[in-house]
Amino acid sequence: MSALIEAEHLTRILPAIVPVTLVRDVSLTVGEKEFVAVTGPSGSGKSSLLYLLGLLDRPTSGTLKIAGQDTSQLDDDELARLRLESLGFVFQFHFLLPEFSVLKNVELPMRKAGYLSASEMSDRATSLLEDLGLAGHLDKRPDQLSGGQRQRVAVARALANDPHVVLADEPTGSLDSKSSEQVFTILQDLVRKRGKTVIAVTHDMDIAARVDRRIHLVDGKVVSDERVAQAVV
Amino acid sequence: MRLILELALTHIAGRGRQTIVAILGVALGVGFSIAMAALMQGTEKDFIAQLVDTMPHVQISDERRTPRRQPAEDLFSAVQFEGLRPKEDRRGILNPAAAFASLRSWVPGRMAQSLRTQGVVRYAGRDVGVSIIGIEPEIEATVSSVAGDFVEGSFDALQAGGNNIVVGDTLAQRLGASMGTTIQLVSPTGQSRGFKIVGQFHTGSNARDEGETYVLLKNAQILSERPNAINEIRLRLDDPEAAPRVARQAEAELGYKAVPWQEANESLLEALVVRNVVMYTVVGAILLVAGFGIFNIISTITHEKARDIAILKSLGFTQRNMRRLFLIEGLTLGFAGSVAGWLIGFLLCFALSQLEFKLSGAAVGREITRLPLFWTPWHYVIASAFALGSAGVAGYLPARQAARLNPVDIIRGAT
Ligand SMILES: Nc1ncnc2c1ncn2[C@@H]1O[C@H](COP(=O)(O)OP(=O)(O)O)[C@@H](O)[C@H]1O
Ligand SMILES: [Mg+2]
Repeated sequence: MSALIEAEHLTRILPAIVPVTLVRDVSLTVGEKEFVAVTGPSGSGKSSLLYLLGLLDRPTSGTLKIAGQDTSQLDDDELARLRLESLGFVFQFHFLLPEFSVLKNVELPMRKAGYLSASEMSDRATSLLEDLGLAGHLDKRPDQLSGGQRQRVAVARALANDPHVVLADEPTGSLDSKSSEQVFTILQDLVRKRGKTVIAVTHDMDIAARVDRRIHLVDGKVVSDERVAQAVV
Repeated sequence: MRLILELALTHIAGRGRQTIVAILGVALGVGFSIAMAALMQGTEKDFIAQLVDTMPHVQISDERRTPRRQPAEDLFSAVQFEGLRPKEDRRGILNPAAAFASLRSWVPGRMAQSLRTQGVVRYAGRDVGVSIIGIEPEIEATVSSVAGDFVEGSFDALQAGGNNIVVGDTLAQRLGASMGTTIQLVSPTGQSRGFKIVGQFHTGSNARDEGETYVLLKNAQILSERPNAINEIRLRLDDPEAAPRVARQAEAELGYKAVPWQEANESLLEALVVRNVVMYTVVGAILLVAGFGIFNIISTITHEKARDIAILKSLGFTQRNMRRLFLIEGLTLGFAGSVAGWLIGFLLCFALSQLEFKLSGAAVGREITRLPLFWTPWHYVIASAFALGSAGVAGYLPARQAARLNPVDIIRGAT
């Protein structure tokens, strides 16, 4: 198992009159094809940790290597490139562009990356969306879809550039239990069938119980990091 | 980048009414600027054309700009003269034939010599002060615009036997004289002779129609007791713009004061410069206001689309991409406004050119029937450049702000 993400002593302090420590001395290593759940009480710094791992935020101290590359050496543009090509995000709210169709939303990261031709992008987006059960909704706009459908579009978009890691911040947090189950199954398939590494923040203990590894945060600190042997489904 | 352009257009299209207001703001600014520039430059050109048309391009008179160097100054280094004035030489331009001939050898254009003196016209018990200009009719006709302004008669008629005179129509009316009337001309030296009116002109300029009379050069010389004298050489150049150069050379050669039309009308031309400054200020202000409209809409979009910015940045769009996105939005509005402004400007110019004014000659000096408009693509280019410039600035400021936005702050806020 080679390390995709290596974090050492990551600390993030919000500078203010009374500085707020969001993440406190977190060290962890995540390898390929891992399905990791990050749990913890509200305000424990789960999102903050995910933003650090996802290169959306820079740590106050500590180092973070993505696929062996030290990210503290990179400038903002290089971080953006790495984010574009190696990482996929799914947030609690779908965060799709409201004026763009489902298909265009999924094509967006590919167009930004600029490696594929227009027809290749459209083919890839279509097949991603079909795999996620959205075959009939390609030309709809996000506000014409249900919450679960939107979240699946967001997953498809996260997969657009075929990243190594998908980071999800409470992806099922705003969904009913049936949609939650669907989205969870999809994330699980990403690991099992596509060989991605998924790190998902979740409140849902039901979901947390079914992953390979659970990291529990309290007050910005990792208090437990346990691997769970799961029966192969 | 096509993707950025597509995003920009989507944002703009999402704000229909505000977009139209912003575009209209720029369009009106550009349109009015174009119409105003066309009108200002048109009237200016018209005005200058009128000047160039009616005035001699270079006027050489028998005056000198500086007093002659005094012999005492040559002899004694300590001698210094204060308050010297050039001497008024009653003989006029010395050796006129030679001067005239040497000018003719190089001046690109036509020239006429004359003797101008002041005098009084006396008729039916009325005295009116006038300029008496002694001319050679056949040459004068090629130099003076008056030749084309005759209501009756012509310069040539002066040569028909006897003492003849040509006067302005206003003067004739004031005197109550008409064609064929003999009027008395009294010179400053007290000479008085009768002259028969053989021509009347109407130039549109009151000063001339009321104050200029033309007689044969020979008659003017006799009347002012200055045989063979001339005190004025007037040049009409093929290229009026060359006047300052020609004047300088003529002055250097002859030593007499040679005044190009630009110098003679310096204060008028300066007034035109002031007018242009005023115009550009107003145009600049209009376009600045239009720029505020753009600034407003781009600011609104960046605030409203903070979430989009966060999304795009989290996906891997760079700060530069974001700056460019909003800059393009500003420029797109500026460009759309420019194009609409061209149309407005063109239509305004067309409408203005159709307007007709009925102004009587006496009040204005010249009858204007249509507004003179000057058409040049430069007005369109400059107005658009201004508009795009202000649109660029108006887009760049909020764009820079928006690009700096930290996606985490927004994502946190939304969650
Ligand atoms: N901009 C901020 N200013 C002050 N405190 C903040 C800010 N953002 C987050 N926090 C605090 O940081 C802590 C961690 O937040 P977060 O990472 O969102 O926790 P979680 O995702 O586990 O709920 C919380 O206590 C939160 O209140
Ligand atoms: Mg959170």
